Amino acid sequence: MFRNRPPPEEERRVRANDREYNEKFQYASNCITTSKYNIITFLPVNLFEQFQEVANTYFLFLLILQLIPQISSLSWFTTIVPLALVLSITAIKDATDDYFRHKSDNQVNNRQSQVLIRGSIQKEKWMNVRVGDIIKLENNQFVAADLLLLSSSEPHGLCYIETAELDGETNMKVRQSVSVTCELGDPNNLAAFNGEVVCEPPNNKLDRFCGTLYWKDRKYSLTNQNMLLRGCVLRNTEFCYGLVIFAGPDTKLMQNSGRTKFKRTSIDRLMNTLVLWIFCFLVCMGMILAVGNAVWEREVGSLFQSYLPWDPPVDSFIFSAFLSFWSYVIILNTVVPISLYVSVEVIRLGHSYFINWDRQMFCSQCNTAAEARTTTLNEELGQVEYIFSDKTGTLTQNIMTFNKCSINGQTYGEATDPLGPQPKKLDFTPFNSLADPNFCFYDDTLLESVKVGDCCTHEFFRLLSLCHTVMSEEKSEGELVYKAQSPDEGALVTAARNFGFVFRSRTPGTISTTEMGRPVTYALLAILDFNNIRKRMSVIVRNPEGRIRLYCKGADTMLLERLHPSNQDLMNVTSDHLNEYAADGLRTLALAYRDLSEEQWETWSERQRSAERASDCREERLAAVYEEIEQDMMLLGATAIEDKLQEGVPETIAVLSLANIKVWVLTGDKQETAVNIGYSCKMLTDDMAEVFIISGNTVQCVRQELRAARQRMVELSQSREEGKEVFAEACFLTPDLRGGHREVTEEEEKVEQQPPSPVSSVSPASPAPPLNLMDNISGEFGLVINGHSLAHALEADMEAEFVSTACACKAVICCRVTPLQKAQVVELIKKHKRAVTLAVGDGANDISMIKSAHIGVGISGQEGNQAVLASDYSFSQFRFLQRLLLVHGRWSYLRMCRFLCYFFYKNFAFTMVHFWFGFFCGFSAQTVYDQYFITLYNIVYTSLPVLAMGIFDQDVPDDRSLEYPKLYEPGQLNLLFNKKEFFICIAQGIYTSVVLFFVPYAVLSDATQSSGEPLADYQTFAVTTATALVIVVSVQIALDTGYWTIINHVFIWGSLGLYFSIMLALHSQTLFRIFPNQFHFVGTAQSTLLQPVVWLTIALATAICVVPVLTFRFLKLDLRPQLSDTVRYTQLVRLKKRKLAGRSAGERGWRGASTMSEGRLGARSGSRRSGYAFAHQEGFGELITSGKNMRLSSLVLGSFGSKHSSSWIDTLRRKKHPPTPTCTSGDCSPAPSSICASVPPLSNSSSMMGGSQDTPIEEESDTATVQSVAVSLSPETNGAPAAPQGPGHPHSTAPSSAAERSQAGPPAGWTLSLGAVQEALFGWRNTAPCTNSASSGPT
Amino acid sequence: MASSYNAKEEDGHHSGAAGHGGAGADKSRKPDNTAFKQQRLPAWQPILTAGTVLPAFFVIGLIFIPIGIGLYVTSNNIKEFEIDYTGVDSKSECYACARNFSWNSTTPCTCSMNFTLEQPFESNVFMYYGLSNFYQNHRRYVKSRDDSQLNGDPTALKDPSKECEPYRTSEGLPIAPCGAIANSLFNDTLELHYVDSNGTKLEIPLVKKGIAWWTDKHVKFRNPNGNTNLTVAFQGTSKPVNWGKPVYELDPLDPENNGFINEDFIVWMRTAALPTFRKLYRIIQKKSSTTPTLPSGRYILSITYNYPVLSFDGRKRMILSTISWMGGKNPFLGIAYITVGSICFFLGVVLLIIHHKYDNRNTSADIPN
Repeated sequence: MFRNRPPPEEERRVRANDREYNEKFQYASNCITTSKYNIITFLPVNLFEQFQEVANTYFLFLLILQLIPQISSLSWFTTIVPLALVLSITAIKDATDDYFRHKSDNQVNNRQSQVLIRGSIQKEKWMNVRVGDIIKLENNQFVAADLLLLSSSEPHGLCYIETAELDGETNMKVRQSVSVTCELGDPNNLAAFNGEVVCEPPNNKLDRFCGTLYWKDRKYSLTNQNMLLRGCVLRNTEFCYGLVIFAGPDTKLMQNSGRTKFKRTSIDRLMNTLVLWIFCFLVCMGMILAVGNAVWEREVGSLFQSYLPWDPPVDSFIFSAFLSFWSYVIILNTVVPISLYVSVEVIRLGHSYFINWDRQMFCSQCNTAAEARTTTLNEELGQVEYIFSDKTGTLTQNIMTFNKCSINGQTYGEATDPLGPQPKKLDFTPFNSLADPNFCFYDDTLLESVKVGDCCTHEFFRLLSLCHTVMSEEKSEGELVYKAQSPDEGALVTAARNFGFVFRSRTPGTISTTEMGRPVTYALLAILDFNNIRKRMSVIVRNPEGRIRLYCKGADTMLLERLHPSNQDLMNVTSDHLNEYAADGLRTLALAYRDLSEEQWETWSERQRSAERASDCREERLAAVYEEIEQDMMLLGATAIEDKLQEGVPETIAVLSLANIKVWVLTGDKQETAVNIGYSCKMLTDDMAEVFIISGNTVQCVRQELRAARQRMVELSQSREEGKEVFAEACFLTPDLRGGHREVTEEEEKVEQQPPSPVSSVSPASPAPPLNLMDNISGEFGLVINGHSLAHALEADMEAEFVSTACACKAVICCRVTPLQKAQVVELIKKHKRAVTLAVGDGANDISMIKSAHIGVGISGQEGNQAVLASDYSFSQFRFLQRLLLVHGRWSYLRMCRFLCYFFYKNFAFTMVHFWFGFFCGFSAQTVYDQYFITLYNIVYTSLPVLAMGIFDQDVPDDRSLEYPKLYEPGQLNLLFNKKEFFICIAQGIYTSVVLFFVPYAVLSDATQSSGEPLADYQTFAVTTATALVIVVSVQIALDTGYWTIINHVFIWGSLGLYFSIMLALHSQTLFRIFPNQFHFVGTAQSTLLQPVVWLTIALATAICVVPVLTFRFLKLDLRPQLSDTVRYTQLVRLKKRKLAGRSAGERGWRGASTMSEGRLGARSGSRRSGYAFAHQEGFGELITSGKNMRLSSLVLGSFGSKHSSSWIDTLRRKKHPPTPTCTSGDCSPAPSSICASVPPLSNSSSMMGGSQDTPIEEESDTATVQSVAVSLSPETNGAPAAPQGPGHPHSTAPSSAAERSQAGPPAGWTLSLGAVQEALFGWRNTAPCTNSASSGPT
Repeated sequence: MASSYNAKEEDGHHSGAAGHGGAGADKSRKPDNTAFKQQRLPAWQPILTAGTVLPAFFVIGLIFIPIGIGLYVTSNNIKEFEIDYTGVDSKSECYACARNFSWNSTTPCTCSMNFTLEQPFESNVFMYYGLSNFYQNHRRYVKSRDDSQLNGDPTALKDPSKECEPYRTSEGLPIAPCGAIANSLFNDTLELHYVDSNGTKLEIPLVKKGIAWWTDKHVKFRNPNGNTNLTVAFQGTSKPVNWGKPVYELDPLDPENNGFINEDFIVWMRTAALPTFRKLYRIIQKKSSTTPTLPSGRYILSITYNYPVLSFDGRKRMILSTISWMGGKNPFLGIAYITVGSICFFLGVVLLIIHHKYDNRNTSADIPN
């Protein structure tokens, strides 16, 4: 069954269309097997795997011990029955899992694909696809193997793929074939294609491929840009052809599908420790009894030999003691029964199903129920102390809505009065047939203004319809679909669309719109694309009348500086509006335009071209050129976009923080956005004493800032303490505390970022308050930390400071963090706080965090399901988290703890009786009970009631535990099951065993039946003790069960009934007549259970066992009731009252912290300039102007439409050659930026991309080391490391530092984001050579 | 970035993406609204309140104390007499027998002990022998028997179980009954004489039937080949090494009481749970309603001393006891019941006081949060 593995590949050689040649190398076929077993290997392999479990091996060892007659104190079946049961249950589970894997393998392997065989396309199953085959893919098909893209239906061999299955990103990516192969359009040419690919061996690096294509004596280098990986889906491309390079198990997808790390809960770890302790305890007991045996054999046994000689091999009491030790190990092993592990798994499985079944965690919009993807972590959900949350898509919906705007000093879209009548949603359809029906806007004055024809309003929306990089797709007339790189842009363009300025289509040189029902085509002269430094984007367009105008939208901070002085008044008004919007947590943009004269444009475009041609500092030159033209602009107004919070987020966070769970937001967003969201979801509140912002760029800065924060906390909390004593003083202090958080303004940041200067008011000499002081900080603080500061804070020597500061804060927001840093923060808390952490996120960038946290929760939302696949629990709304933790987690923890307490109790009560009996039977390892009883006790008589309790128990109902989040605290403090509780259980168990042995001993030793026969015979004693045991543990479980459902009743009473019926059956004459040697106890049950003395004994033992427990429980409940007890009690009281009242008082509905208002939250006092609410990635600008992505069809559609296909490309080429492009209107698009841009990699915005031509892209796995390098970059790189997702750019550095930055090289630590950046740019670097070769004229 | 590969997910995603437009046809994955799945099963939720716990304590107390008193009184009404005849003390009559015991002696040593019953024993009197420090509950001892053989299985008769070692075979012949239990059968003979006022010894008739459990006598123990000729049935077997006579001659007076169904043997084979135990030996039937079974006065216990126990510091006793509905004398049970009942009652009072004094629970349903 084990395939002979060929030696590891050094390199892979694949020749297209040559199966014979490729077969030499024995490459893996495209058949995948994820299944582990087949019918023959199942039993041995599965058993082998199972016996790798320590517990199973231990029981096997016991079984072997029992086969030695001198040791065997129990018959072999007492061990083998439970063991076999456990093994077969596990085996059945494994077999079912494997069956489904087989099924899914089969299904995948039998998918159809179209393979080019001998010049014709034939249907072939996936599994029969070979390396070297050329296969044809059609739109929306899954890629069958890792392919080299040869040609596609699109121009230039482009094709679009979606990689959601691979990396979770849903945005489309572009792949392009090598230029020579993209012409092989039809199957005949492809069939003749015999190129040979030499490439790297199979690996798991998703973003890297390195190979060479040899064809017709020429070499072409291949990169990841030419590859279509298995698991991707072809989109927007009619068809494409690819050459299979890696198949089946060699594909990157399969190479990546490793086993996920196995997570254990803290209860698991505790349980393992306790089992180890119990094992030691067992050995101790064994030793004591063995010593006892030695003494007894010497003192008594040797003399007793006339009646009971020693066994033949036993010649001394020492040897006898040795044997007796092992015998007792066998007998006493039931303190850790094998059923413990099985029961725990069963209970967890049950809890997982309850999570899956919960209707209140079902999202009807997305039709997804919550899912427990891991079934082993449930009780850990009841112990969470820290939640690390992603922002976008997790707290927010990642849906942007155009909410308000300010046009020419007039604000529209006022917040609707929540008390007033719900205003009507504007209906755009009568006014505009192209309107998007989903668009919501409530202020009809704006619509009126548009209808009236206010020129500012028109210009405002014209700008929105022109100045963007959105692509449109018009499937049928009027049915527009916008594809925007950022949802913000989409929202803006959609808004313009609805207000009558409909963006219809674009070509590289034109933008077609419908303005107030009239089609208009603008010539697009240039796109001054967005980047993180510029924080604005502009377009220069020529309208049909021939006027050239620059439209600009961008961050207010950037834009307002560049306005014409005549705008002063308008600027003041708009600025106020912007402040208002920002205070509402909206993302704002300012809009402006500038009229350009033909000369201005000509001179500027010349300069721009030369800047683009520059080989060095291209970025900066371009930026400077852009800066030149974006001056003296006229302000149009501002927009406000709402990044809609998910439903119930503030309430959830409020409830979670009431439950003493600390919520940290780790986001890749910018600080301003993150802080805004922090406020709007009530993480940060104005009630907070202070919100600290750590944004230093150097180690010293960060340290000082952290120290300053701590000092301030101590001061404030001290003053607060004092304030409590002196009320007047407190009143005096309050204004200081309120609103004391520092303003986050760009200016301030700039100040802070000047490297060596100490941070504002803190003198570096001031000693930091001792760390231990931090534990008893009172008052609420918030902390905001930046990505680059975080990098310093995570260094080894700062960790402790950071943790102590951050953990004293109620809310922590980390912005601009990379995925790796997210994981590092989680690890940090895990390491320093020993707290249970939960990470929740929805995107591929959250995977590292989700995997490293104790519990990973995936939100199945907009960003694909990669996070879900890596998570332990998944659902679709953040607010379900409170139910998951406070209801399911809490119950799971409670149930598991109660289960464990009881389980250990019942087994000690059961087993320790043997220990006491040892002193009366010559330490001979004689059992007290019948061997059948020992076998069945754990698996039949006592398993079901405790399972029912473990699965169904509830102390308080779900709505109560949401109502009183404090109920969650015992889990965090580990109160319900810890070592102390364990010892209490053990002590109770031992006490019970003492009672269970000595009460029958005292009663029965001289007692006789009413017919005169003595009762103290072994069998009667065994039955009496066993019955008393079963009754006592049943009473105990009845006491422990707080929630008696019908199932509990059935199980508890059923177990008792089962005990008596099984016992009577086993002691029946029928069975004895068949197997006289197996059933020695014939008649014992009948004769024993008829004796009143026996029942009196059982009753006595039960009373003695239960009364103290009852007393303690009552006293605890009466004198020190837990919150849950009180809640329970009050509920009972309410229930009684209600019954008395005789009417059902309507349940007081309680929803979240009902004091919170739904929807948007009220304005907060501190006004706050919002950040640039714009794409975090660069737009499609380059792609648009180059026209590469344009389909022929869309080109035709465009009013610009030249009939000649791809004529614009030709035009471009032609224009490249002559020294000065002479532009004839009509079929030539004056798009100089695009021409120039195609020479070097097009980006003008990203230093990383700019410099990456000669910077090898770091592999992802190396980022850890690279990270440390990046962290140690000297202060001159300040601000350089930044974005996790978007371009690796500082968000706040002034352009003046740009040169410095490019010298410092790309911030290597953020290479993780490279892939994203690359994709964001649609991989221009790799498409560039194509264009390059075509247009390589002198410039 | 490990992505776990799963065709189902791949497809699920695909179909989901495709089916978004044509909504409605998608069947809802909303979980069923059943009480079970939503964990809303109707349930009884008991709480340990003062209203339930305190009455429980009082009730337990009130039930246990009368039972205890009843048991104690019953137990006190039972007459029991016990005499140790091991012969440890040199003044004891059986001292000589105990000292000079040898396994090989052919003539049995006899001794007799005098005792006086202060009170008459009214109803049926049960006569027990008691052994101390005799480990009938030792693991090796307990398992050293073959129930198949004792149940009359002819194959087991000829080939006893290995558990019987080292009392499995003797001189090449299988031992019947095999094993250490059978081998150590208690074989003292006890006789009881009443010395009346005239000084004449009257032998008291001892009934040896009905001392074993019904199931033992009729189910568990059976002679091979039924109850036909036992001598033939046990042909080819050997008697246990310690025994003086083979199993089919255990009771020379009653041929029905021989072989494996000999009641003395059956009683012995029902091993005791504790090293000090008593076993029913004989029953003294009540003769008439007027005269007591055993009137008060002097008695003589004659012992045929066959069973050595001194070597392992054992003791032998003879016990006479009357019986009530609850069996023999058992003062412990009554005292224990009275004690537990009183403690419960007392606890109830204490808890009541505590509850009233310290209870600060506010029933008005406001909970600190």
